[in-house]
Amino acid sequence: MMTDRRKIPEINAGSMADIAFLLLIFFLVATTMKSTETGLNRTLPPLADPARPQQQLRIKERNLMLVFVNRFDQIMVGREAVDISQLAERTEEFILNSNDDPHLPEKEQTQIEFLGIYPVSRGIVSLQSDRGTSYDCYVRVQNELTRAFNEIRDRVAMERFGRRFTELNADRRDAVQRAVPMKISEAEPRNTEAR
Amino acid sequence: MAVIRKKRAQSVPSISTASLPDVIFMILFFFMVSTTMRRQDRRLVVCRLPEASQVQRLEKRSAVSYIYIGEPMPELRARFGSAPRIQLNDSFRTPRDIGEFIASERDRLSGAPLTVCIKADVNTRMGIITDVKQELRRADARNISYAATRSLGYR
Repeated sequence: MMTDRRKIPEINAGSMADIAFLLLIFFLVATTMKSTETGLNRTLPPLADPARPQQQLRIKERNLMLVFVNRFDQIMVGREAVDISQLAERTEEFILNSNDDPHLPEKEQTQIEFLGIYPVSRGIVSLQSDRGTSYDCYVRVQNELTRAFNEIRDRVAMERFGRRFTELNADRRDAVQRAVPMKISEAEPRNTEAR
Repeated sequence: MAVIRKKRAQSVPSISTASLPDVIFMILFFFMVSTTMRRQDRRLVVCRLPEASQVQRLEKRSAVSYIYIGEPMPELRARFGSAPRIQLNDSFRTPRDIGEFIASERDRLSGAPLTVCIKADVNTRMGIITDVKQELRRADARNISYAATRSLGYR
C-alpha cells in the first residue's frame, strides 16, 4: 500500500488528442485560406491639379482608342457601335497595327532587354462609362480589354521565348510587359457631377 | 521455450495513441500557417461579385483595404432603404468619408503601398463607383482592384 501511494500515476495522454482536435476545429472555422481573392488590377490616373495650368500632354488622335459604355450597356469604339465579343479583337488590331496604318497608333522603337529593339505601340485605350452603366457590363469590358493585352503578350512571349507569358521568369516577363504596356486609361468620366 | 512463444503470438499489442496528439498538432500548425484570420467586420451590403476570366490574385492581403458597395442586406432595408450604399469598415458611409478612411488605412500600414479593393455588387450602377473612384484619386490611392471571381470565359 505505502509504495503504491508514493508512485505518481501516469497522466493519461489520450485526451491530448481531443484538445488538439478542438484547437484544429477552431482554426478551421475561424480562418480562411490565403490569397483566394482575385480581381482586375488597375491604376487610376492622377487627379488634374486645378492650381497648375493644364500641361496635359496632347495625345494624337491616332493613338487613342475611345471605348464608351452607355447607360444601356451598349459599347461604342470611336464612333462605331460594337458588340462585346468584338472588343478584344478590335483592341488587338489597334495596339498591334500590323500594317502600319496611318490611322492606327504610332510605334516607338525602344531598346528592351532580351528583346532588342522592339516597336512599342503608343496606343492608349481610354475607357469611359456613364453613371447609368451597369457594373457588371463595365467589368466585362475591362475584362475584354485585359484579355486583348494578355493575348498580345502571350503572342510576343511565344514568338521570342517559345513560352506563354505566365510561364516566363520575372526578368523576361518584365521585358514583355515593357514591350506591350497595358495602357488602359479610366479617364475623366462623363457627367461626373450630375447627381 | 515453445510455450512462451505461442503465448506471445496470440496477444495483439495495443497501438500506442501517445503520438496521436503530435499528428493532430502537426495538422493544426499547417492550418495556422497557411490560413489567415477571417476579417471580422460585419458585411452590411449584399455583394455578389462579377465574373471575369483575366483576374489576378491580390498579393499581400495586409496591404489591401476594402470598400464594399451594394444594396443593404435584406434585414437592414427597413432602416436604410434599398439604394446602393458604401460600406467602409463596418458602417455605411458616403463618398466624402473615403479620404479619411484612406488616411486611417495609410496610418495602419505605416507607409506601405496601399491597394484598394472595390467589392461591388454586379447590380450596382457605375455612378456610385465613379464617385468612389474620384474620391480615391483625390486621396491619391490610385492602385485599385475591381474584385471579381474567376470564370473560364463567356457566360
